[in-house]
Amino acid sequence: MSAQAIYVLWLRDMKWFLRAKARIISTIVMPFLWLAILGMGLGAVTQIPGVGNYIDFLAPGIVAMAILFNATMSGVSVLWDKQFGFMKEILVAPVSRISIMLGKTFGGTTTSIIQGVMLLLVAGLIGAKMPGPAGFLLALLFMIVLAIGFVGLGLAIASRIEDPVAFPLVINFLIMPLFFLSGAIFPISMAPEWLRSISYINPVTYGVDGLRGVIIGVSEFPIWLDLGILAIFSLAMVLLGAYLFKKMSA
Amino acid sequence: MRAIVTNGLTREFNGLTAVDHVDLQIEKGELFGLLGPNGAGKTTLIHMLCTILPPTEGTAKVAGFGIGKKPDSVRASIGIVFQDPSLDNRLTGKENLDFHGRVYGMSKTLREKRIDEVLKLVGLEDRANALVQTYSSGMRRRLEIARSFMHHPKIMFLDEPTLGLDPQTRRKIWEHIQMLNKQEKITILLTTHYMDEADYLCDRVGIIDHGRIIVLDKPKKLKDQLEGDIVSLEVPQPKKYADVFRERKYVKEVKIVGDYLYLTVTGGEKAVPKLIDIVARHGGKVRSVGCRSPTLEDVFIRYTGRGIREEEGGIKEQMRAHMRAHMR
Repeated sequence: MSAQAIYVLWLRDMKWFLRAKARIISTIVMPFLWLAILGMGLGAVTQIPGVGNYIDFLAPGIVAMAILFNATMSGVSVLWDKQFGFMKEILVAPVSRISIMLGKTFGGTTTSIIQGVMLLLVAGLIGAKMPGPAGFLLALLFMIVLAIGFVGLGLAIASRIEDPVAFPLVINFLIMPLFFLSGAIFPISMAPEWLRSISYINPVTYGVDGLRGVIIGVSEFPIWLDLGILAIFSLAMVLLGAYLFKKMSA
Repeated sequence: MRAIVTNGLTREFNGLTAVDHVDLQIEKGELFGLLGPNGAGKTTLIHMLCTILPPTEGTAKVAGFGIGKKPDSVRASIGIVFQDPSLDNRLTGKENLDFHGRVYGMSKTLREKRIDEVLKLVGLEDRANALVQTYSSGMRRRLEIARSFMHHPKIMFLDEPTLGLDPQTRRKIWEHIQMLNKQEKITILLTTHYMDEADYLCDRVGIIDHGRIIVLDKPKKLKDQLEGDIVSLEVPQPKKYADVFRERKYVKEVKIVGDYLYLTVTGGEKAVPKLIDIVARHGGKVRSVGCRSPTLEDVFIRYTGRGIREEEGGIKEQMRAHMRAHMR
């Protein structure tokens, strides 16, 4: 493994991110609209038992959503690299595939965290409940673990797909249900039995629940359990991504 | 020790043999050319030698390391210019080089010094901080060449380095290639389907067709094998004279294409007046005459029975080219 290689792949992702200002804004706008419209629209008629304001309940869910989509979508960079030939330059360098995979993972994770934090601050500006410093650091931890898992998943999918146009479609098809069934927009404890059972096997549920626990202090499961399950999922995804990445050709 | 040795190197794709039991020895310091039409297996061979494609059969050693056993050592010893673009268009020229230096484990001071050096060598120092997006295709090629030798490789692979470039840029790139070979003492394996390129640059040339190396020698020796010059005569009804010419001892071969007769003759320049005479004696009139030394194209035709032709690339490459043109 080469720290230098991991670093430079991460650095490249950062440069892209900072140069694509339109991308930053557009990826913030979508979740913001969810937060503002759903939060204020439904908030006017809804109170969540045990939480109170709907927007307080919703904000951690939307932060998770931003992380989820950005992290998984970051795998598309692999497809563009293949498409534009840069992947050959990477693969022919004297560095291990695992370093390349890790560099991409850290890159995708960092950009996702930046967007997650930005969204959390925006939520605070429009009146959602904010955590204290300790809660904020814990929220950051949850964001990181959640992001690593889904960047891993995105890279795994990207290493099996050729077409960069098909990639977002596949991701949306996969991520949308995970998001809806995660308790991000409604409390799963009040959902019908069948829906609740599906939510329990959805890793995003634990990310949303954990974030909610550390941001507003209300959660369905103990926070250590949320973090534990999420960490196992993320580790599994990184291993899967690394395995598939190793077998990929330029 | 030889720079590159292959033993029965073979690669199949879904039952199609792209590279067919190739045995090749390339000496240290040599500038070796693989000449063949598109689809002959040149790129597949290079991809195997630079360890990004495993062979179906056979072995190869590059810089003394087995491509299967020590891929990392092979990679650290080689530099590559791929046939298709492999730059990050969203980074600047300098950033592309910096990326390269880092993944090849160069220190910061070495990197900075080397980036300046190679940029100057390919004449891109003025554009170093511009995004590659804004480069012309010739500039991109030069940047790729600069990148491929900045980590001081012992061996370089250049896959169709001048494909699609204008004549002026081609000249410039030829100069860079010669400089790398002569001054930096880098062994170079170059593939091309341009005859003049192989002829001009290479110490030795291997002609490859359908995955096999059919003949391998110095360009001059290959051409000398043809034992003669190519004389072309433009005459009405060329068929009338073909048999008469075939009877002459100094005429080795007669071919008719349209209104032209192509004759392979020994001592071409001296034979031309005789040939014109013969046509006149049979009541014909020669409209134009050409006499040239044989080229590698003629050698290729002799061994394969056809000319090197342009062919469409694979569907995958076409799609990529299309995407490149439309997506950015």
